[in-house]
Amino acid sequence: MNALEIRALTKVYEQHTAVDHLTLDIREGELFGLLGVNGAGKSTTIKMLSCLCRPTAGDALLLGDSILTAPHRVKEKINVSPQETAVAPNLSVAENLALMAGIYGSPGAQARERVQEMLVSMGLTEVEKQKAKTLSGGWQRRLSIAMALITRPRILFLDEPTLGLDVLARRELWGIIRSLKGRVTVILTTHYMEEAQSLCDRIAVMARGRLRAVGTVDELMAQTKAPNFEEAFVSLCEKEESL
Amino acid sequence: MKLIAFASRNWKELIRDKLNLIFGIGFPVILLLLLTAIQANIPVSLFTLDQLTPGVAVFGLSFVSLFSGVLIAKDRTSSFMLRLFISPLHPGEFILGYILPLLPMAAAQILLCFLVAGILGLPLTVNVLWSALILLPASVLFIALGLLCGCLLTDKQVGGICGALLTNLTAWLSGTWFDLNLVGGVFSGVANALPFVHAVEAGRAALHGNLAGVFPHLWWVLGYGVAFLGLAVWVFTRRMNGDQK
Repeated sequence: MNALEIRALTKVYEQHTAVDHLTLDIREGELFGLLGVNGAGKSTTIKMLSCLCRPTAGDALLLGDSILTAPHRVKEKINVSPQETAVAPNLSVAENLALMAGIYGSPGAQARERVQEMLVSMGLTEVEKQKAKTLSGGWQRRLSIAMALITRPRILFLDEPTLGLDVLARRELWGIIRSLKGRVTVILTTHYMEEAQSLCDRIAVMARGRLRAVGTVDELMAQTKAPNFEEAFVSLCEKEESL
Repeated sequence: MKLIAFASRNWKELIRDKLNLIFGIGFPVILLLLLTAIQANIPVSLFTLDQLTPGVAVFGLSFVSLFSGVLIAKDRTSSFMLRLFISPLHPGEFILGYILPLLPMAAAQILLCFLVAGILGLPLTVNVLWSALILLPASVLFIALGLLCGCLLTDKQVGGICGALLTNLTAWLSGTWFDLNLVGGVFSGVANALPFVHAVEAGRAALHGNLAGVFPHLWWVLGYGVAFLGLAVWVFTRRMNGDQK
């Protein structure tokens, strides 16, 4: 079953077409990579899919609900871990998690239960009482993802989740993201080729708002006859640039 | 449930910021103590507690604008607001979630001013309660001003507008420290066209047991309060939906 069915999704800002007739299906439980150079339209696509902005044309069904006609139902099923770490600075780790559970309608006892579960599963127990603003970048990013996961989304958007993290913190987050496979449909944007290669079941490459290719790492390499994935990505992006 | 969770977060953010507590509660109290000490050493009645206390309470409320404005502006300019906008919170829950925690803070600030004034010699009669009650609409006005600034400006700009401009406007144009009629002219005209002096005069009338004298001053405060609250809600909702174009 498809978790996302994106049909001719388009976003035009005055003279500039940020996303141009994007059509794509993403399967339930899939870890899907959305790649592209800066300005390719990845962030705008995520904004539209998470009902933060309305498409100029086209539509997308998220688990059967349209982002145009049922945005509130869509919002109950999804969550996003934004590119910049999004935490409440003066709240502790546990309080940040409880806040998100509460905002998504979990009653007190259930929220407390979910906080405990999330603290354990995300390895946040040792910092649970620490204020978010005192955490390191890696811990904040981990908390940010936990805040998205505590609402038990069926679709999770991870916008450059490991940006700016050191190698160890990045590897730890990879482990966490990998553990979501099959349980949650994850749409991941990243500029790190090895991250996409290591984590994603399938990858879509966007350039200038258009979908250039979609497939597994091997399929994309075969399609471009590139010796490695980075070369395949560059080839797909440059092909677009030359058009 | 969603509203309580969000309002509770905002309350925690506000009270855990030590600068908020120092300026919001400490500063008006220090002013009361200082001016009362000055009054004790001068032969004329310049800073009597019955005149001073409602004025200092109104002045203290300008810091509530600063707190609310900074909180919203910080949320807005960080990805935290994006996270909230993606959540199933409705615009009304957002706005109430910001306003509700500020109301008890404003009320506590007003009551603390009267309590300190009581310790300094202000008779603590039922009129004190009336005066505090009459000042509550002014707190809504200041919260709305903060909401509006937070929706339009960055947190640094809010610091400048609310922290410097609004506190000075409230201080100079409220008639707290001197009689506006002594200056007269345009200054007095401008002051009387703004709500600050009316908030103070309404509080003073109530403190003197003259409930009829509360009007028309209270109408000015209510009028400005409703207008700014409406404007703030409109701007916030537009901002919330702004990206959807």
